[in-house]
Amino acid sequence: MNAASPRPWDETSDGLLRNLAPQVLGVVARRFRDFSEAEDAVQEAMLAAFRQWPREGIPENPRGWLIRVASRRLTDMMRSEMARRQRETAMTAEEEPTIEPAELETNMDPEDTLVLLFMCCHHALSTSSAIALTLRAVGGLTTAEIANAFMVPEATMAQRISRAKQSIKASKVPFRPPTPQEHRERLPAVLHVLYLIFNEGYASSIGAQLQRLDLAREAIRLTRSAKALLPEDAEIAGLLALMLLTNARRAARSGPHEELIPLDKQDRSLWDRSEIAEGTELLALAFSKGAIGLYQLQAAIAAVHDEAAHPEDTDWPQILALYELLQRVVPGPMVTLNHAIAAAMVHGPDRGLERLQALDNGERLAGHYRLDAVRGHLLEMLGDFEKAVHHYRAAAAGTTSIPEQNYLMTQAARLEEARKQPE
Amino acid sequence: MKYILLMSSTKAGVSGYHTWSQSDRDTHMQTLGAIVNELVETGEFVATQGLAQPKEAKVVRGEKNGLPVTDGVFPESKEFLLGYWIVDVAAPERAYAIAGQISAAPGPGGFPTNMPIEVRQFVDSGTAGN
Amino acid sequence: MKYILMMNTMRAGAGVPLWPRADLQAHIAFMHSLNRDLRESGELVSAEGLSFPDQARLVRAGKDGVPVTDGVFPESKEFLAGFWIIDVDTPERAYAIAARVSAAPGPGGIPLNMPIEVRPVMSVPPPEML
Repeated sequence: MNAASPRPWDETSDGLLRNLAPQVLGVVARRFRDFSEAEDAVQEAMLAAFRQWPREGIPENPRGWLIRVASRRLTDMMRSEMARRQRETAMTAEEEPTIEPAELETNMDPEDTLVLLFMCCHHALSTSSAIALTLRAVGGLTTAEIANAFMVPEATMAQRISRAKQSIKASKVPFRPPTPQEHRERLPAVLHVLYLIFNEGYASSIGAQLQRLDLAREAIRLTRSAKALLPEDAEIAGLLALMLLTNARRAARSGPHEELIPLDKQDRSLWDRSEIAEGTELLALAFSKGAIGLYQLQAAIAAVHDEAAHPEDTDWPQILALYELLQRVVPGPMVTLNHAIAAAMVHGPDRGLERLQALDNGERLAGHYRLDAVRGHLLEMLGDFEKAVHHYRAAAAGTTSIPEQNYLMTQAARLEEARKQPE
Repeated sequence: MKYILLMSSTKAGVSGYHTWSQSDRDTHMQTLGAIVNELVETGEFVATQGLAQPKEAKVVRGEKNGLPVTDGVFPESKEFLLGYWIVDVAAPERAYAIAGQISAAPGPGGFPTNMPIEVRQFVDSGTAGN
Repeated sequence: MKYILMMNTMRAGAGVPLWPRADLQAHIAFMHSLNRDLRESGELVSAEGLSFPDQARLVRAGKDGVPVTDGVFPESKEFLAGFWIIDVDTPERAYAIAARVSAAPGPGGIPLNMPIEVRPVMSVPPPEML
């Protein structure tokens, strides 16, 4: 067998190719000192690879191949730019940029992926732009795939990406690893973007967009590589754990008609044990590192749910304690809402309803459908079906998610039946 | 957040449009076209669609045997959808601002049509949270 | 040919349907399989649902360019509840699909017989205009 012969393309190759994207971009961007152009060139190299490799096999040195193609693309762009300027100014260029792929490749730095992640998730970018650019530059996804995942036209997504790059240029974010202080300041934004990508994917995993890219898996992959580069950071580990512990329930959370199945009605045998095991282990490791943050706490709550073999085995006092901690770390109406559910499970629905009263006057949540949904649930626990039905319906009218709307309407109808036919 | 901006009018309103001068119609369409280009630029554009004239409209009901029953007669007061824009924006205020721009598109004599644009949020086929 | 099938509701009927659970579930399953069938036959372009009318706003251009929003609608107003855009070979096929939508089961499993408005959508402009 010839050592130089290409390896065949299989189902794992896709991920391999995408993992190379930020490494290649790091090398090319550093060499040419233009992040924006380099990013375009790498995207073209990725598209070329996706066209060619499945047919011809994976080259012996895939990274070198991508660097070579991206560099050539960039040189071509620069040449034509220079030619244009020469025509305009009638001056001759002193030299053309020359690229030696071999030299470029020794320029590889594993930190590049991290540098790129910090750049793409910079707070100077709008959230939607940061998400788009992160998926393309760090995730190695194509513009078409990202557009498809968010159900917007490719031109719109391309524009979000180009605006993101303009913001980076305007804010003069340097292409270098962040200083320890920058690192502390900017890591939360990075984690937030990864978390949003996961949520987008997890939320849309119900629904018929089977051809849509799995954003939840992409978010897990990106967070995994960030964690590998920052193994000492407890919050990244916490975020990865949260994603895994949530994603583990995916197969159980919707029925044959894409109807939403709540946690206490899920077939727990469908939960992914290996994801739960990995998430739990990560979480234990994160906790051992000291500082406890937002994602670790949410992961801890997810872990308590995942540990229960039956809904009635759920350790609600522990969940309540975790929500109390969470309320101290990141106080907010959504936390109060979940805290109220936990309080109801431990101390009875009256106590939960009491806590909800605090939210009635808060501007951010008053009238929000989630408040109605939780209130409906607690009133049902209390046995006040009439009021519960009213709140379930109000929640159904307010949500902007079809599976959730269907679920809430069905809840109301079920209670209405129970009310009319007491056992 | 995805919003849909709906432009509707009665049959009378649509007939009115056909009495506009060609240049007024052109200016109007150019303005609407420019709004779409701008939305593509800002990365907020999702879709737009114009609908054929109300006279082409049919109302269909399913009969017991599953066969369609079509009817083309509508009350005079019925509002017909003329077209829509779907945008993906960061806040409802931004959707209202875009609707305001559409409403301000010039009509006869270059004056804004000031047409009311209905703005509604989309429901998603996925779930919103947890 | 592309057609749009529009499902309208009057304000009074626009809220959450107060049906028995089994009927509600049958309706949800019906809509789900309708969309699946249209997707599998390659005729579905898009299917969209709109949020309930109480969240709708009517927007007009204000004088200073600031949008004027209003949430008050006449009682008789029809609200778009959702629409399907389909790409079919003949208008008859569009009407047949509309009839199927119209016959979606309601309370007691009896077909709702909702009126579905069917209109051709404007053809896309030639590429150089995009």
